[in-house]
Amino acid sequence: MKPRPDPVQVVKQRRDAALRSLVSGVPYIAYLGIQFDQRGDELTAILPFDEKLIGNPSLPALHGGVTAAFLEVAAIIELAWANQWDDVETGRLDVSTDVPLMLPKTIDFTVDYLRSGLPRDAYARARINRSGRRYASVHVEAWQDNRARLFAQGTGHFLMPPAPGDPAE
Amino acid sequence: MTDLIRLARQFIEAIPHARALGMQFEHIGDGRAVISMPYDQRFIGDPATGVIHGGAVSALMDTASGAAVMCHPAAPISTATLDLRIDYFRSATPGQTITARAECYHVTRSVAFVRVTATDDDATRPVAAATGAFTLDRPKGGKE
Repeated sequence: MKPRPDPVQVVKQRRDAALRSLVSGVPYIAYLGIQFDQRGDELTAILPFDEKLIGNPSLPALHGGVTAAFLEVAAIIELAWANQWDDVETGRLDVSTDVPLMLPKTIDFTVDYLRSGLPRDAYARARINRSGRRYASVHVEAWQDNRARLFAQGTGHFLMPPAPGDPAE
Repeated sequence: MTDLIRLARQFIEAIPHARALGMQFEHIGDGRAVISMPYDQRFIGDPATGVIHGGAVSALMDTASGAAVMCHPAAPISTATLDLRIDYFRSATPGQTITARAECYHVTRSVAFVRVTATDDDATRPVAAATGAFTLDRPKGGKE
């Protein structure tokens, strides 16, 4: 007989704790003010507008470096999130006791600036196109007011951290 | 010369995010710009090692690239990043200043091409490199 599924509160608490453990430990994510919203396994990165994110004050527009960093953070967290999803869902991974997960390392990242970032909140979602044992390729899209009108997109390659038990590189 | 340095300082001062990351001009002129960013714990990407986040290095390289375009002899009135591809070679050593050296090596009527490298104290082993394409807005009525 199939075991009864966990109560919804347990599932939600587990997911919230897993996401927090990925994001809260990284000072630069907090410095930029990036937050994450989860709906099941779907993650949305949110960059609330702040004056310090401006790169061109006469327009004004978001700094291109901020946009690049936002996309890269969204890609890395999506990868780590997807990578640990099964272990979180089955309860195999307990973020309160297990050692913090190592994040994927960026090999390269290409940003395509489609229009200037407006002085308002920005959102990003990443799609993993390929995720192997060692390498992953991720595409990220960022928008502001309209989901269909992207202001930037990016593609990056990442080196995955060794799985627990795997010999370190 | 002093005028150029004053102009360069104003350039950084005018960019809130460059100011926020503590960027400092080391050199600017003739399509080249060198900008440094002192180590800051707020910009850490890996709390286990204290290594600076790649995103902060990207922001530094993007700023240096934009500055290199702005000081190109074509004398653009403004620029914006079209595309930037960043390659990460190694982790920057915690505690060390990161310096980006950008060169605007080719311009067309409306596009500027830039390459840039980022190093820490060991300048022989770059931390990251990037190439980018930037818009180039020339003054109205200027020579093309």
